[in-house]
Amino acid sequence: MKTRRKRHYLDISEGTNIVFNIFLVILSILAVIPFIFVVIISFSDETSIVSKGYSFVPERWSTYAYEYILENGSDILHSYGISLIVTVIGTLIGLALIATYAYVISRPTYPYRKFFTVLALIPMLFSGGLVGNYLVVARLLDLKDSIWALVLPLAMSPFYVFVLKSFYRTSIPDAIIESARIDGASELRTFLSIVLPISKAGLATIGLFLTLGYWNDWYNAMLYIDEQALIPIQYMLIRIENNINFLAQLGSQQGIASEVTRNLPSETVRMAIVVLTVAPIACVYPFFQKYFVGGLTLGAVKE
Amino acid sequence: MWKRFKKNFGLTAIAIPGFIWFILFSYLPLIGIVIAFKDYKISGGFFESLISSEWIGFDNFKFMFATNDAKIMVRNTLLYNVFFIAINIVVPLFIAIMISELLNKRGAKAYQTMIFFPYFLSWVVVSYFVWAFLSPDRGLVNRLFESLGMEGVSWYSEKKYWPFFLTFFNTWKNLGYNIVIYLAAIVGIDKTYYEAASLDGASKWQQIKHVTLPQLRSLIAVLFLMAIGKVFNSDFGLFYQVPRNSGALFPVTQTVDTYVYRTFRVIGDIGMSSAAAALQSIVGLVFILVANYVIRKIDRESALF
Repeated sequence: MKTRRKRHYLDISEGTNIVFNIFLVILSILAVIPFIFVVIISFSDETSIVSKGYSFVPERWSTYAYEYILENGSDILHSYGISLIVTVIGTLIGLALIATYAYVISRPTYPYRKFFTVLALIPMLFSGGLVGNYLVVARLLDLKDSIWALVLPLAMSPFYVFVLKSFYRTSIPDAIIESARIDGASELRTFLSIVLPISKAGLATIGLFLTLGYWNDWYNAMLYIDEQALIPIQYMLIRIENNINFLAQLGSQQGIASEVTRNLPSETVRMAIVVLTVAPIACVYPFFQKYFVGGLTLGAVKE
Repeated sequence: MWKRFKKNFGLTAIAIPGFIWFILFSYLPLIGIVIAFKDYKISGGFFESLISSEWIGFDNFKFMFATNDAKIMVRNTLLYNVFFIAINIVVPLFIAIMISELLNKRGAKAYQTMIFFPYFLSWVVVSYFVWAFLSPDRGLVNRLFESLGMEGVSWYSEKKYWPFFLTFFNTWKNLGYNIVIYLAAIVGIDKTYYEAASLDGASKWQQIKHVTLPQLRSLIAVLFLMAIGKVFNSDFGLFYQVPRNSGALFPVTQTVDTYVYRTFRVIGDIGMSSAAAALQSIVGLVFILVANYVIRKIDRESALF
């Protein structure tokens, strides 16, 4: 408090502060209100949605949607599980690939550093596009309807490699590595027992980026997954949406329409799935925000 | 040379898994560019099909540009990007300055956390959020219209609204990210500049104009040029998922990325799809090289390479 009063001449006036606060409160509300709205819809009674539409103040509240998912939503929970598995496996594999590769190109004395750096740089400038990716993953590697089609394509990214490389450069003293070498430790040993332990903060940042990327991914599932048992939760939301569109187009053809309707989750259940999809992010992210910010700013400078 | 290789083998081995990943998932897909110049036919295995397919030069590109679709997607991609770039550079700049000037620092932190939230959501989730507001029969907006005695709008088939919607959603989702980038730079500005300015009698507004903005100039230039480098790219989720793939909206939602996807996955035209993707890659490369060249001229340190 004291220091602020001393530097008062550098501050904005109280009046301006109030105006800024009001504006930022409005912006903050705008940012989170759609999610709150969807949460409210998921806790609304289905009949009140049919009569009143989606509303911030539903006529009747209900936990039906969540009970339904727990009791009858085995395919929904299964998809949730797929997303979890893909996220965990993917993050671990991605971290392993990025941590090792970034370490190698961060060593200033390594003679092939330039080669491996350029190899990682070119994909940032140039890509083969959808057809090329699809043919490699689906035809050459034959990963269609395999969980690896969801894991491998996202495991590495040149951007993360360079972020972690800058992190290594600034936080690992060359002297430590030199002394390990003089003590006769192998490169792998040096990496595992010296470099990794002191790089926890950098690895945490990259790990969070990867986790978020995997959890939020639907694109790879849309390309490579047809089998019901392998559908991650984000893609399940897309499939539900497609069925609704399909229904809308069908219109009068009652026979097929009722068949689709029967397999379609009700409005509140759909929104409950959305809430369950966002919930892990919403719960965890305020605590990890600083890691994200750290990584983003590092990336922005050196992208 | 062999001796050098052997001596460094320990480190090289550590890079091998990542190296293999790059070969498989970044370099082999480059055959997509080659396919753009071929009449791709599946005959046997992966490499066999590639080799046995006939070279047809620029035919795929010619066919693509003979369609109206191609013109629409190029126009849309460029136009949306012009607006997105302008908004995503200017709006967060002012909000970041506002946040940095707040007297209540705890409030600043809370606002930042909330505004950053949408960045962490997928476009699929956002499309459900949007549906809650714009659904023709249940959506909040139409219900509001009805209660005011107005006619509801069938939002997902009225293309005239979507350029504004998409611009708004894009801003909404990315605002927090861009604010973070600016805030990091603002925090890094030497406080003595402000002290000197205020000793000279500069008002707060003058300080912002003559200290903060000039100090951010090179960051703004870099952000701008980096965005220019991506001017032929679009956010697939925004243009495909959020409008719910609605056919009536194609004239304002078709971009290069949705075109590439639809021609390949829906129509199954490998040639035209890879032609569009190749064009995107090549134009993108040219733009990035030009942008990087300009960045180097302005600020060597910020250049990508």
